[in-house]
Amino acid sequence: MKKAHFRALQRVFLVFIFSFMYLPIAVMAVFSFNESKSRTLFTGFTLDWYKSLFSNEMILNALWLSLVVALVSAVAATVMGTLAAIGINAMGKGSQAVINNISYMPVVNPEIITGVSLMLLFVVAKNGIGWANAHLGWQLPENIFGLPTLLIAHISFCLPYVIFNVAPKLRQMDVRMYEAALDLGCNPRQAFFKVVLPELTPAILSAFLICLTYSIDDFIISYFTCGTLQTLPIAIYSMTRKKVSPEINALSTIMFLVILSIILISNYLDSRQKGAERR
Amino acid sequence: MNLKKLLALALCAALCAGLLALPAAAEGDTIQVTEDISVSADYDWERFRGAGITLNVYNWGLYISDGSDDSVDVLAAFEELTGIEVNYTTFDTNESLYAKLKSGGADYDVVVPSDYMIGKMIAEGMLEPLDYSNIPNAADIGESYRGLDFDPEDAYSVPYTWGMVGLVYNTTMVEEAPTSWSALWDERYAGSVLMFNNSRDAFAIAAKKLGMSLNPSSTADIDRIAQELKAQKSVVQAYVMDEIFDKMEGGEAALAPYYAGDAITMISENPDLAFVFPSEGTNYFVDSLCIPAGSKNKEAAEMFINYMCERDVGVANCDFIGYSTPIQTVWEQLDDELKYSEIAYPSAEVLANTEVFNVLPDELNAAMDKAWSDMKSYDENGNGWLIPVFLVLALAVVVLLFWRRSVKKKRDDY
Amino acid sequence: MLKNKRLASPYLVWMAAFIAAPLLIVVYFAFTTRAGRFTLDNLTGLGEYTAVFARSLLLAAVATVICLLLAFPVGYYLSRLRASKQHIMLMLVMLPMWMNFLLRTYAWMSLLENNGIINRLLGLVGLGPVPMINTSGAVVLGMVYNYLPYMILPLYTVMVKIDQSVIEAAEDLGANLFQVVANVLVPLSVPGISTGITMVFVPSVSTFIISRMLGGGSNLLVGDLIELQFLGNSYNYNLGSAMSLVLMVIVLLCMSLTNTFAGEDGLEGVM
Repeated sequence: MKKAHFRALQRVFLVFIFSFMYLPIAVMAVFSFNESKSRTLFTGFTLDWYKSLFSNEMILNALWLSLVVALVSAVAATVMGTLAAIGINAMGKGSQAVINNISYMPVVNPEIITGVSLMLLFVVAKNGIGWANAHLGWQLPENIFGLPTLLIAHISFCLPYVIFNVAPKLRQMDVRMYEAALDLGCNPRQAFFKVVLPELTPAILSAFLICLTYSIDDFIISYFTCGTLQTLPIAIYSMTRKKVSPEINALSTIMFLVILSIILISNYLDSRQKGAERR
Repeated sequence: MNLKKLLALALCAALCAGLLALPAAAEGDTIQVTEDISVSADYDWERFRGAGITLNVYNWGLYISDGSDDSVDVLAAFEELTGIEVNYTTFDTNESLYAKLKSGGADYDVVVPSDYMIGKMIAEGMLEPLDYSNIPNAADIGESYRGLDFDPEDAYSVPYTWGMVGLVYNTTMVEEAPTSWSALWDERYAGSVLMFNNSRDAFAIAAKKLGMSLNPSSTADIDRIAQELKAQKSVVQAYVMDEIFDKMEGGEAALAPYYAGDAITMISENPDLAFVFPSEGTNYFVDSLCIPAGSKNKEAAEMFINYMCERDVGVANCDFIGYSTPIQTVWEQLDDELKYSEIAYPSAEVLANTEVFNVLPDELNAAMDKAWSDMKSYDENGNGWLIPVFLVLALAVVVLLFWRRSVKKKRDDY
Repeated sequence: MLKNKRLASPYLVWMAAFIAAPLLIVVYFAFTTRAGRFTLDNLTGLGEYTAVFARSLLLAAVATVICLLLAFPVGYYLSRLRASKQHIMLMLVMLPMWMNFLLRTYAWMSLLENNGIINRLLGLVGLGPVPMINTSGAVVLGMVYNYLPYMILPLYTVMVKIDQSVIEAAEDLGANLFQVVANVLVPLSVPGISTGITMVFVPSVSTFIISRMLGGGSNLLVGDLIELQFLGNSYNYNLGSAMSLVLMVIVLLCMSLTNTFAGEDGLEGVM
């Protein structure tokens, strides 16, 4: 009897937590269909906000930029990070510890500090370029703020996640497999691509996905390094600072549905694969 | 200057003559871009077509007719007319605009600072002198908006709009219509007062309430005003900029100081709202189009400025944002409601009771920035309980640590 | 190839240029005047902002404790489910995280306002309106809401490794619920708890969006103060750098404190 009470309590608590987590999302979804602009009174059903969202050039451009930045920085970070993980793995304990500690900085540091420090770096760099152009006759582009800074910032905060995802896999891997491949006549390059890389692929892939999502979602670091550009989170931020349009609700609803369907599909594929393996 | 005036007069005369005599011919003098916007044909709008230019325009939030709410999309029309692409982004205070430009963190081509900020930027060499041969429409700017103190030669700025600061209030939430800034300090409205979230405007209001000039002349003045702002903190619900639209229209707050043009927009959304110019006097401001130093597309930026001074563009903008225009021909085209609005175009008597922001010396600017941070950090009723609670928490952590240690020890002992 | 240290060189250069150098620049700015001369004024000047630092630490600590209290049972419950169900529930926990946090925080604005949805509902019952938006409570709520999954996930990861028989053994030996939690579950999930604490505390203590959107700008936090110095009203890089430096030290202190609990596999195990 007591156990049953406890179970019921557990259920109630769980329902409470999940409704807490999904309440705001539900509110946004409902009010994206609201006829009037009110954020709190539902007056009637409409799809107008979705229509105007898709003709809102600012949002579409921002979305496009976000996707490009995320893709480029995720690819760059994954490649560089994987190589780094292999290289670091080959080093001695001491240098490994030093490098790992520095690499941890962007992970443990508050995002605002990463953003601010990168902004300061770019400002200093810009001033340096200006000085060099004026005094040394260099002809470097001075307006570095924008896509270059945004990409550098995103790659920088993605890199540690790649390294810390790939490194453990590397440590777990049996070095003898690589050596065996060499003994069997592979050159190091072949051994790497045929033996090591397939071993690491799952870790690399998951690192790539982490980078993608972090990059798309990042607001704070982009905010300090974006120059004149607007990524989607920055566009959203500037929308929340104004008279708000329900387009923002429509956007959230769409984003939610996209994410939900991605997760459901991957889940479905996952379970099918598992089912196939079992057979 | 004289030549310019003469030119303007001649142009005006020609236009009037055209209008009176041959309306059809006047049509020929314009290019119709969209249904609502025609621009003068006497300007080479097409010279950058195909050059792949993107203009970075940095403007106040909600400060252009951008096509939302069935308004005219003047930016789209500009892109169609000239083939220049516009990357339009927004800021919310003069100070954040300054910070962004000063850091070199962005390469904007057109920005829209207010008077005192223009003066400061000119002094610091942050603006590019304009070439008026690319901005013929600047001649339409009214006489009283030219040669203002912050830019006496009009070398750097072309006025975009002007206006005044006043008090927006919700008639259903106040007991009597406020007439003084002191309403913003009124205990009865504690928790339903909104306040400017930028230093210069907030200081101006406190200064006016104290009967001082809104241009402080010493750090002592600034301290005195900051004191007043601190005293207001317990009454203030939130420090806001454009978030005010939502909050006032939705009845979230009773009183808020804001710009007259925006008040018109708010009142049209929520008829319960009203607006007043407090008796102590207020700030009169002019926001102007400028080109930051180092712009790579200066001539295209000047074309944009010229476009913004076109009559139809001005009318569309004024209709949408509610601010007051410095261009007579634009004013003539406005709806009667806006044209004769006491808020947008107040009487000479009200105008006489205003002050313009001057450029403050660096020392006072720094003092004000600092006082502003201090004021925002200040917590009159928080400190009392904050520190003890924090101490208790720290103690709890320490106790937990020791407990853990002892548990471990015990375990090791076994 | 596998033993080639040089593969790391691009990263090492990158690390030096874009991870180490920026932090050194922050330190440099923190100790210099605007003209570039050495000074300690920026750091000593922070004394005036003690209230802000204390408020940030307090609000973040409260949010972390609430997160822990809420997440502990959830993590436990999830870890005891059947594997297939675990998967789905875990997705449900993570799903809100993938939504942009500005949008989620923004939704809370509509809920908490004086004429917001909650107050309207209260009004129907004849209660309220309760002022909720623009208070410290709203800021804490925002933190709890946004960072709760960061607490649930590490707790779950640790608890899923706890063998059910350990709990049953404790119960058989006569431990009541409280004793099981205090003497078995908590000690065994310490690594998860400490990871969760850092993952909630660090973003909470440095946020500037949540306080701005839900706190109305009158409950200034360290994050707001820093933002104010760099892109906002005050424009003072040197002071801002000093603030960042202090914040960094605070965070590192907290980390080392929790790390003494966590043991080796703290962060890495979860990521």
